[in-house]
Amino acid sequence: MAKAAVRAGLVAVGLAWVLAAQVVLAADAKTYVLEGSKAAALESCVEPTDVMRRKHMELIKHQRDETVHGGIRSSKHSLAGCVECHIRFDADHAPTPIHQKDEFCGACHAFTAVNLNCFDCHASVPRGPGAELASHAAFQAVGVDRSVQSRADGEDH
Amino acid sequence: MGVAAGVTAAVVAPGVVLHSVTAAPRSEAVTSDVRWGLLIDTAKCADGCSACVDACDRENGLNLQSKPEGASQEHWDDQKAVWIRKVKLQDNQTGRVTNLPMMCQHCEHPPCVDVCPTGASFKRADGIVMVDRHTCIGCRYCMMACPYKARSFIHKVMEDQLTRVPRGKGCVESCNLCVHRRDFGEESTACVDACREAGHEAIVFGDLKDPESTIRKHLAEMASRQIREDLSLNTGVRYSGI
Repeated sequence: MAKAAVRAGLVAVGLAWVLAAQVVLAADAKTYVLEGSKAAALESCVEPTDVMRRKHMELIKHQRDETVHGGIRSSKHSLAGCVECHIRFDADHAPTPIHQKDEFCGACHAFTAVNLNCFDCHASVPRGPGAELASHAAFQAVGVDRSVQSRADGEDH
Repeated sequence: MGVAAGVTAAVVAPGVVLHSVTAAPRSEAVTSDVRWGLLIDTAKCADGCSACVDACDRENGLNLQSKPEGASQEHWDDQKAVWIRKVKLQDNQTGRVTNLPMMCQHCEHPPCVDVCPTGASFKRADGIVMVDRHTCIGCRYCMMACPYKARSFIHKVMEDQLTRVPRGKGCVESCNLCVHRRDFGEESTACVDACREAGHEAIVFGDLKDPESTIRKHLAEMASRQIREDLSLNTGVRYSGI
């Protein structure tokens, strides 16, 4: 009888731990949009947050075909827009590559152990004069006036 | 209003703001109503000038490639990605020397598209022949098929790419007529601008299907040829004076 009670107690403790872990994880998930990025000041992304969490890869994949084959560059689902909005800057005002382990894309992909290969080819920080144009539509969609937020980039040119 | 615009212009680097004000991104898919092409007047192409090549390198981030450690300069010159090559021709009987820039010829019937096993090498509706890096597997059949030696392969992991020109290890690439400029409604290519600034005006860019375009008027006036006409590829890049 005492054994059964101990066992039940242990199960209860275990369940409580699992529940607590879930809560902690959920709280962590909320912090994936990082302080210091433009995105941190916005209500939501170009789509509602739950849609972005589950479908961002599909949105980007759909868009890439339209852009490469159709030349459409006015979509809010542009990878350049993701980078421009979620990038953070270090103490020297240099942008931190977004696929690094503690940055927006890299942190989640490291946590879920999903290989992130967008940035094998794509710029992981906004670079070059075209960067601002490429993310224009995404910023419009979330109601941010790009002309106000513009900053001089492409200084390596 | 005027003041606000002035402030914005002052904050952003000069070239950047001009770039972004004039351009509007394309929102509908390209159609075959236009066909982009180049006309190169070899008589105006100067010996020793590399303005077009240098401008192409800057525009498309080719200048951001770096020589792998331990590789010889000669090896690197062979391996690095190049979109425009300056070619010098000499007629051995007369001694006449001709200079010309050689890039992807944007064929109507591109051999690189014929041989591509994945469909990565493709011709856009507006005539631009390019590579979809998302589907390129790096087999390099297209490089072998191209009669113009126009394509390059990226052998090493890349960093510091430009936002407008993605580039990565294991993919083939070539001149895409500054496709990012096309999609933002700009008028010319980097090589055309550079050639004009260097005072040569040897390259004309435009729509081969528009009877009123500068390139069509030039083509109607001067004798021009396709390189390797015998292959019947109907190239989008034409040369005069050869």
